[in-house]
Amino acid sequence: MSGMKSDVKLIDESGKRIDGRLFNEMRPIKIEAGILERADGSAYIEWGNNKIIAAVFGPREIYPKHIQDPSKAVLRARYNMAAFSVDERKKPGPDRRSVELSLVISNALSSVVFLEQYPRTAIDVFIEVLQADAGTRIAGLTAASVALADAGIPMKDLIAGCAVGKVENTIVLDLNKDEDNYGQADMPVAIIPRTKEIVLFQMDGDMDYQEIKNGLNMALDASMKVYEIEKEALKNKYIKLAGGDSDE
Amino acid sequence: MENSNIREIVLPGDMVDLQGNKPGTGIYMEDGKAYSEILGVKTVRSGYVNIIPLTGRYHPQKGDKVIGKVIDVLPSNWVLDINAPYLAPLHVNETSWKIDFGDTGKFLNIGDTVLAKIMSVNEVKQVWLTMKEQGLRKLEGGHIISVSPTKVPRIIGKEGSMIKMLKETTNTKIYIGQNGVIWIDGETDNILKVVGAIRMIEREAHTIGLTDRIKEYLNKS
Repeated sequence: MSGMKSDVKLIDESGKRIDGRLFNEMRPIKIEAGILERADGSAYIEWGNNKIIAAVFGPREIYPKHIQDPSKAVLRARYNMAAFSVDERKKPGPDRRSVELSLVISNALSSVVFLEQYPRTAIDVFIEVLQADAGTRIAGLTAASVALADAGIPMKDLIAGCAVGKVENTIVLDLNKDEDNYGQADMPVAIIPRTKEIVLFQMDGDMDYQEIKNGLNMALDASMKVYEIEKEALKNKYIKLAGGDSDE
Repeated sequence: MENSNIREIVLPGDMVDLQGNKPGTGIYMEDGKAYSEILGVKTVRSGYVNIIPLTGRYHPQKGDKVIGKVIDVLPSNWVLDINAPYLAPLHVNETSWKIDFGDTGKFLNIGDTVLAKIMSVNEVKQVWLTMKEQGLRKLEGGHIISVSPTKVPRIIGKEGSMIKMLKETTNTKIYIGQNGVIWIDGETDNILKVVGAIRMIEREAHTIGLTDRIKEYLNKS
């Protein structure tokens, strides 16, 4: 969808973007852990206008049986957009795009979870996009990693990410919907914050080597901020359980 | 459990200071440094640093007493759901009954509840149950509730103080499985009282002076 011709001025003379942010500013992020009663772990994220719920079940018995792996668990993530998540009704059910996103998210999460601790099981991650406004794969992945930690699943680290893009020949951080639709490129990046290993990297559009390099650096810095918000969300829920307060 | 008021909460990927101790459960090593692999609290006990999980499923461990539900009956086995990532088989030889081949259904059927012990867990996490020990039996009647397995130690209390108090003040029979399944039998009103108390323990597991407040709760109603 990138690169559509339009008259919209995405960046004004003073360098402000259409929602008033500067090129290196992220949208506000709010994460809440453990919001669902039935799931083993869950998280809700509001990233700008994106609203996403992630739920984790497992490790549990795997069905169908033939996909079980006797040496490790199978992590299955499902990314799904609600019919009402976008302007024009989205036809429900998996499509080309959501199958791809489910796969890249599964792979990203599999790289941090200690799957070998639970042979023959499945860890199911459900990511439901309630409202979409560009950058849902990274927001969904972020929520999913918080939900996994909330489910008590052993993992190397959380995953944090952020997208960068190119709008009016400028590299900007965290595209919104209009910038995504009418901009020139979109590059989502997710990392393991502790080691700075990249677990998800995609690009749609045109960017040259220098632009990718700059963009990647911006995305890495932004990811570290997202990481702090994730940790904050988990600590907020569990600080009480840990016995940080007392009634005596 | 409450030797210090503020216990350090750690998240996956947080570095853990071993302070000369050995890494225990919930810790992974990388480049000689220790990191937490789960969300939990750090505890140091007899030379080991462990991360005690604050959330999560039940992990079967040898010797644990669990309450399971029969979900399948095979000619020489029952398959039990013990609330773990894995289903657990119970072999006829591991019961005190004399059972002919294929007669398993006469003793335990689908939906029955059993107090059993984890006999073994092997390296691929296959779990085997046994009922060959005093006190292990089929649970008939009663009421069952589930709690998070991480809260079980709090419900039992120090050397069983909490559970003993629950049993004595309400005159009920209670079995607690390490897997977070609790079986209660007695007068209906008393069962409800115990359930209320357990829910209160679950909610306030992190606070100090809980035993006294539970006592108050039990005596009040």
